Amino acid sequence: MRPASARQRALAHGRWETSLLMRNGEQLLLTLVIPIGILLGLTMTDVLVQQAGPDRIPRAIATVLAVSVISSAFTSLAIATGFERRSGALRFLGTTPLTRSELLIGKFLATAAVTAVSTAAVCLVAVLVGWRPSASALWAVPVLILGTAAFAAWGMALAGLLRAEAVLAVANGLFLLLIMFGGVVIPAASLPGPMSVIAPALPSGALVTGLTDALVDGHAPSALAMAVLLAWLASGALVSSRTFRWS
Amino acid sequence: MPPPAVLVSDLVVRYGSRDAVAGLSFAAPAGRVTALIGPNGAGKSSTVEVCVGLRAATSGSVQILGIPAGTADAAALRSRVGVMLQDGGLYSSARPLALVEYIASLYPRPDDPATLLGALGIDPAGRTPIRRLSGGEQQRVKCAVALVGRPELVFLDEPTSGLDAVARRTFHDLIRGLVAQGTSVVLTTHLMDDVERLADQVVVIAEGRAVRSGTIAELVGEEESVSFRGPLHADLTGLRAVLPDHGDVIEDPRGHYRVTGAADPMVLSAIAAWCAQNGVRTADLSVGRRSLEDVVIALVGDL
Repeated sequence: MRPASARQRALAHGRWETSLLMRNGEQLLLTLVIPIGILLGLTMTDVLVQQAGPDRIPRAIATVLAVSVISSAFTSLAIATGFERRSGALRFLGTTPLTRSELLIGKFLATAAVTAVSTAAVCLVAVLVGWRPSASALWAVPVLILGTAAFAAWGMALAGLLRAEAVLAVANGLFLLLIMFGGVVIPAASLPGPMSVIAPALPSGALVTGLTDALVDGHAPSALAMAVLLAWLASGALVSSRTFRWS
Repeated sequence: MPPPAVLVSDLVVRYGSRDAVAGLSFAAPAGRVTALIGPNGAGKSSTVEVCVGLRAATSGSVQILGIPAGTADAAALRSRVGVMLQDGGLYSSARPLALVEYIASLYPRPDDPATLLGALGIDPAGRTPIRRLSGGEQQRVKCAVALVGRPELVFLDEPTSGLDAVARRTFHDLIRGLVAQGTSVVLTTHLMDDVERLADQVVVIAEGRAVRSGTIAELVGEEESVSFRGPLHADLTGLRAVLPDHGDVIEDPRGHYRVTGAADPMVLSAIAAWCAQNGVRTADLSVGRRSLEDVVIALVGDL
C-alpha cells in the first residue's frame, strides 16, 4: 500500500484548518472586522498624533497588518491548538497518517491563508480611503510571510508548553504587551527607557519595522529586522518541535 | 498461519511510580475480533495508546501488523490502522461529512465518506455541526472516522457507549462485515453483550496483567452450575450445610445466588429442601453454564 504523500497530507490539513478558521465567527472578527475597523480609526481620526501627515495611511496599514499577523498567527493559533488538544482532536489526529511536521506545516498554511485574506481586505479598504501604493509596497510580502511564520512558530510553542486555559490567558496577555510595548502602536523610539532598546529586538518590533520600510519608506526591509524575525522563527520552530504533543 | 495483528510482550507502562501496565502479554489474531476487558484502571487504554503510537512503552515490545511499533515509518503504519477513541477526537464545530472527508484525504485508498456515514445512520447531507449531535450520533461519527481509511487493523475503545439497541445491532453488523473482509479488530469494552456477540478471542486484564485469555467457550468452560433469585442477603449457612461434596453458594450480584460445584439432582433437591424449611421463595431456578460476566467478575472483581 502506498500512503498518501506527505505533501498531500500537509496540504489537506492546511485546507481543513483554513475551512475551520473561515467558518469561525470569532476568527472572522479578528481577520476582517477588527483590522479594518482599526485602519479606519487610524486613517479617519486623530487617534495617534504620530501617524498624522502624508504617511498617515501607509503607517496605519503597517500597524494594522502587524496587529493582524500577531492576532492570527500567534494568539488565535495558540489558543485554537491548545483547545484542540484539550478536546482530544489532536489526539485523534495522532492516530492518523498525519505526522507532526505535516500538522505544523498545515497549520502554518492555514494561518498564512487567513493573513493573506486579512491583508487583501486591509489593502482594499486602504485604497478606498485614498492609499496609492507603489511597487515597493511588494517588499511587505516577504516581511509578512516571515512574520507570520515566526509568530506561528511561537504560537505552536506556547500551545505545546501550557494547558489550554493557560494558553488562553498567556496568549492574550502577550498579545496586548506586544501591541502596547513591542513597537506596534507606539514606535520603539518613543517608548520609555530600556523598552526603546528592547522593542526592535522583539518579533513585533521587527515586523513593524520591516512593514514600515516597505510601505512608508518605499525600500527593502532592513536586514536587521529580517534577521530578528528569522531568529524568532528559528527559536520558535525549535521550541515547538520539542514541546509539541498530540495529547 | 499469518502473524498476529497485534503482539504485545511483557509490556510495561509506568506513570511516576505506578505501573499502569505491568508485564502484559497477549496476541490478537489477524482477521479476528479480540476483546480486551477488565475493570477501570486495569491498563487497557494505556495498552491501546502504546499500540496506536500515542504513548511510548516503558519496557517490553509491541508489534503491529508484524512491524515493531515505534520503529517503522509512522505514517506508513498508521495508514493501515484505524482508531476509535473513547474520549474526544472530533472537531465539534465541523459537520460530519466534512470531517470524514478530511480524514479520508489522509489515507491512500479511503472508503466513500458519504456511503460510510449513511451505513452508520448519519445523514451525509446533514448540516448540523458535530457538537449538536446526540451522544450516540457523535459515537457513530467517531466510528466513521476510524473506518474511513479502510484499515487492516482497527482499535475500538468503548465503541457502543451511548448507542441505543438498534444502533448497537447496526454496529455489530458493521464489525462482522469488516471481519468478513479480513480486517482485524481490537475491541475495548465494559459491555459483555458486545463481547459475546463479536469477540473471537478475549483477554481479561487486571492490574496491568493478562489474568486469562482464550475464546469465550474456553473462558466460560463446560461446567454447569445452579443459580436462582431469592431474597436479598439470605442466611446461606443452612444451605451450605446440606450441599453435597462441600459445594458453596455465592450471592453475586445482590439477590442472585449461584451454587458452585456439580449441578446434579442432589443439589437441586438440597436447594428445594432448604427453601421449604426456611420459607424461601425462589425465582429463575436454572441449571446452565456461567455467563461470561460471571467468569470475568470472578477473575477481576467488579467491572
